[in-house]
Amino acid sequence: MTDMTESPTVAFPQNRTCPYHPPTAYDPLRDTRPLARVTLYDGRPVWLVTGHGLARTLLADPRLSSDRTRSGFPAPTARFAAVRGRKSALLGVDDPEHRVQRRMMVPSFTLRRAAELRPQIQRIVDERLDAMIAQGAPAELVSAFALPVPSMVICALLGVPYADHDFFEGQSRRLLRGPTAADTLDARDRLEAYFAELIERKQKQAEPGEGVLDELVHQQLRDGDLDHEELIALATILLVAGHETTANMISLGTYTLLQHPDRLAELRADPGLLPTAVEELMRMLSIADGLLRVAAEDIEVDGETIREGDGVVFSTSVINRDEAVYADPDTLDWHRPARHHIAFGFGIHQCLGQNLARAEMETALHALFERLPTLRLAVPAEGIPFKPGDTIQGMLELPVTW
Amino acid sequence: MHNETHESGQIHIDIDHDRCIGAGQCALAAPSVFTQDDDGFSALLPGREDGAGDPMVREAARACPVSAITVSDEGS
Repeated sequence: MTDMTESPTVAFPQNRTCPYHPPTAYDPLRDTRPLARVTLYDGRPVWLVTGHGLARTLLADPRLSSDRTRSGFPAPTARFAAVRGRKSALLGVDDPEHRVQRRMMVPSFTLRRAAELRPQIQRIVDERLDAMIAQGAPAELVSAFALPVPSMVICALLGVPYADHDFFEGQSRRLLRGPTAADTLDARDRLEAYFAELIERKQKQAEPGEGVLDELVHQQLRDGDLDHEELIALATILLVAGHETTANMISLGTYTLLQHPDRLAELRADPGLLPTAVEELMRMLSIADGLLRVAAEDIEVDGETIREGDGVVFSTSVINRDEAVYADPDTLDWHRPARHHIAFGFGIHQCLGQNLARAEMETALHALFERLPTLRLAVPAEGIPFKPGDTIQGMLELPVTW
Repeated sequence: MHNETHESGQIHIDIDHDRCIGAGQCALAAPSVFTQDDDGFSALLPGREDGAGDPMVREAARACPVSAITVSDEGS
């Protein structure tokens, strides 16, 4: 490994130059796998894990903490720093607290549950496409399809009224993208107030609804397995993570397919490739690029010592292109074994909603290109805005025609 | 030498339910052997406890994000 104390470090995160490739500024990080030093926005140096094998080892290592309130927890943006001390759930807490929450949620997110939801997902996808087609070309695919589909699915699953979607989609956007830390804090407050009210309404219902939140309100909250504050934190993360991430995969996945006409033709000719194609898109796009941890103890790794209190960041986009695991990693290939990518994370915090997300991505991408075989970009690709590097990656807009 | 082969490929699969987080990766990788029970935890399908010769069993173990699945050769 190169001498990391002497060499200038790369800033993290940075904006992508192409929306489906890691920033070109990360290229030097590939030469120093599996570990590098990078500098966060506030000038703080942290470890960046870049090797696939080491990422799997460290993401499963209980000595790395996900507790955002723990001293030294890294903040990739000022926005994140502003909400870091707030009550968190699942992703932002360690075992045993995490374990109790995760076990409460797992039955609602199993493979079987995702399979049961497929007809409903298909119906939502079909309705969105009907509406978009009726409106006529051109269309803006993010607002017409990529965002409403996962938004409607998670609302139905959780028991959140979709009628409130303008509110929670807007606040989720401010929570994740600000632009200022004050926006993020305010969005968090508003979402928490929204859920406090929704939970109160559900508590008063004589006949509980069928959503996951209804169940949590009428069982775990009532029985004292969950307190009010915890339920609000849980509801917020389930709703935000449940629609923003999948929406980005649908918009960026569509863009990527349109930019790879041969791969798209191959997929159209053989829809059986769809599940592996979704895995390959997950690997290639790595939209949640920068998983955060802090060392709770000293950890000896690869000839280095990660000290207690050091920040550790996992660049999923760099890890998922580790040449030692994926041959020709920058090429989209439906026939590679793309399994074992860490786009959903790894270890105890691996994405709770991954089975649902897979069902949504498969259904949405399949129906979109089946219904609109002539789908194409309505404007030159270079002019289409995508999200900055300091948030979940995806398209800001996607003007399409057919 | 090590030439005696276990023709049936007899293996033993052990699931640590204490570690399992219900991600469902085992059932996704090797659905003919693994399933998720009502609580979402990994379980072996009845009659498939020996892996049923499915080469994906080891893939399933590797896919587990918390290393809750151990596959060992039996009778060697």
